[in-house]
Amino acid sequence: MSESYLAAAVGKPGLNIAIFLVFVLITLVIVFWVGRSNQTASDYYAAGRAFTGTQNGVAISGDYLSAASFLGIAGAIATVGYDGFLYSIGFLVAWLVALLLVAELLRNTGKFTMGDVLSFRMRQRPVRAAAAVSTLVVSFFYLLAQMAGAGGLISLLLGVADDKSTFFDGQSLVIAVVGILMVVYVLVGGMKGTTWVQIIKATLLLVGAAVMTAWVLGKFGFNLSYLLGEAVENSPKSGEKILGPGLQYGKSAISKIDFVSLGLALVLGTAGLPHILMRFYTVPSAKEARRSVVWAIWLIGIFYLFTLVLGYGAAALVGPDVITQAPGGANSAAPLLAYQLGGELLLGLVSAIAFATILAVVAGLTITASASFAHDVYASMLKKGNSAPDAEVRVARRTALVIGLVAVVGGILANGQNVAFLVALAFAVAASANLPTLLYSLFWKRFNTTGALYSIYGGLITSVVLIVFSPAVSGTATSMIKSANFHWFPLSNPGLVSIPLSFLLGVVGTLVGRRERGAEAGYAEMEVRSLTGLGAERADAVVAHH
Amino acid sequence: MSTTGETLPGEGNAFERIQASPEFVELRRKLRRFIFPMSAVFLIWYLLYVLLAAYEPAFMSIKLLGNINVGLLIGVLQFVSTFVITTVYVRYANKHLDPAAEEIRERIEGSQA
Repeated sequence: MSESYLAAAVGKPGLNIAIFLVFVLITLVIVFWVGRSNQTASDYYAAGRAFTGTQNGVAISGDYLSAASFLGIAGAIATVGYDGFLYSIGFLVAWLVALLLVAELLRNTGKFTMGDVLSFRMRQRPVRAAAAVSTLVVSFFYLLAQMAGAGGLISLLLGVADDKSTFFDGQSLVIAVVGILMVVYVLVGGMKGTTWVQIIKATLLLVGAAVMTAWVLGKFGFNLSYLLGEAVENSPKSGEKILGPGLQYGKSAISKIDFVSLGLALVLGTAGLPHILMRFYTVPSAKEARRSVVWAIWLIGIFYLFTLVLGYGAAALVGPDVITQAPGGANSAAPLLAYQLGGELLLGLVSAIAFATILAVVAGLTITASASFAHDVYASMLKKGNSAPDAEVRVARRTALVIGLVAVVGGILANGQNVAFLVALAFAVAASANLPTLLYSLFWKRFNTTGALYSIYGGLITSVVLIVFSPAVSGTATSMIKSANFHWFPLSNPGLVSIPLSFLLGVVGTLVGRRERGAEAGYAEMEVRSLTGLGAERADAVVAHH
Repeated sequence: MSTTGETLPGEGNAFERIQASPEFVELRRKLRRFIFPMSAVFLIWYLLYVLLAAYEPAFMSIKLLGNINVGLLIGVLQFVSTFVITTVYVRYANKHLDPAAEEIRERIEGSQA
């Protein structure tokens, strides 16, 4: 049975490509259609703030349910069982941080970027620079993960192997195509086009996952216990262990701490992800921002319940051994399950959805990173707020091109890494560099520029340095660099150290920093605006009066 | 708070006066009284889950119904608690936060017009 999977490609490559091309064609038409009305900075960055809460909620779930969620979690549950489930729980519970503490207040205070909020009552230039740096770093990590997912997927679908002997092989070509498409979406469609791509993708993904879930459950008489039993039967190596925690993270005292570290990074990372925060500016009010999060929580939660069934379903129907040996490894669990259920056609559809997922997420990341550079670095720092809005948008577009190029090269290098794991690193950096400053600025009156800089740079540098010297990068059989060993930090995920440290540095910096003139008034303005929505940017607002 | 009519947003004084007004203090109290304890509740509940998964795998593997074990049940309960907290917050915000915020905003915007 396993031989058919180990053949060069699964399904008919021609059919897979055809279904994918249909998706690309439809989305391109839509992006060109809505892109015609992109004129102002508010149009380009925030879609004129004209999306409803419901639309934005669907788009957020499209932005959030990345390749890590679909391919990564289903694959992790299929191969290591319960430990894969922790990802989905962390990814979901994290939304409560966004709902209760961040979304509405951020919507009321900022205009386009995370830097708007972080620097609101601080000295603009240094804090905006810090916010832009951390936005770029987090988005880069996140982009790497998505690009790596694209490479893995294509190896499965088109039978294009990862050829280690040359830098630019068939998979690299696919990564390059993904990069070009994402730049086109962003340049032509701006935030409006990107949002529509995300809405379409979220709908396809949710419907696809729902159909597969019902199909899998139907095969087992809608009896979850029976399904779990079959998954155990079909997992000769691990057996019963796949139903309980510990298979991946229970090996040693260190790996258990690593698990806690991962859990912390997941739950605190979401509300610090710049591309998620930026989505709250696309709606007209804080109330609509709240509505978006509520929709996102329901859609994302239901989707993760689907992946639980899909993961164990893949273990039961395909088998963990077949999955790990397939090209693309654990990431190929969902496509293989689709093939098992509905043959070539369902495989083609599911693969097209997975591609759509990657495309939509990378487009969202690109627009966020380019907005942060153009708005925080170019307009606010280099031009000190005196740039023409259309010049700012021009810079954002050029930045998007550069980011596309960087993402393609980085994606080729990161190809073959576990997607969910790479995304977890992005979460750790976001939780360390962004979340403490975000919460302190919104809720702590004394917080000042020095505190913000200590916390942002401290959290950013600590988390990135600890990742570089972690077993995730070097020294073990699953590291990015297997041939060298320069790791001294024992944990794969730095969250447990870097997140508390960043919170602490925010306090230390605030205490050593001097009190700033007008700090009281600045906090008064921020608090009144954030809680009441006074003076907040409305739909189709005229830009740049700040 | 009729004094706010004299100044426009952007001038610190106006905001400081709004911030000190009893209506605003009440709004802040209503917001913080809900979001801080609720955040503590869901974070502790989540961390408890993570710690149980890391250090008590035997407990999590106790079977309850067929192959459905404690771990799966607590995991799904994390989903349920997230949905419940979301719903409770939306109700609270609609009932207690939105009207208060709207009242303050309208009064100030009205006095500027």
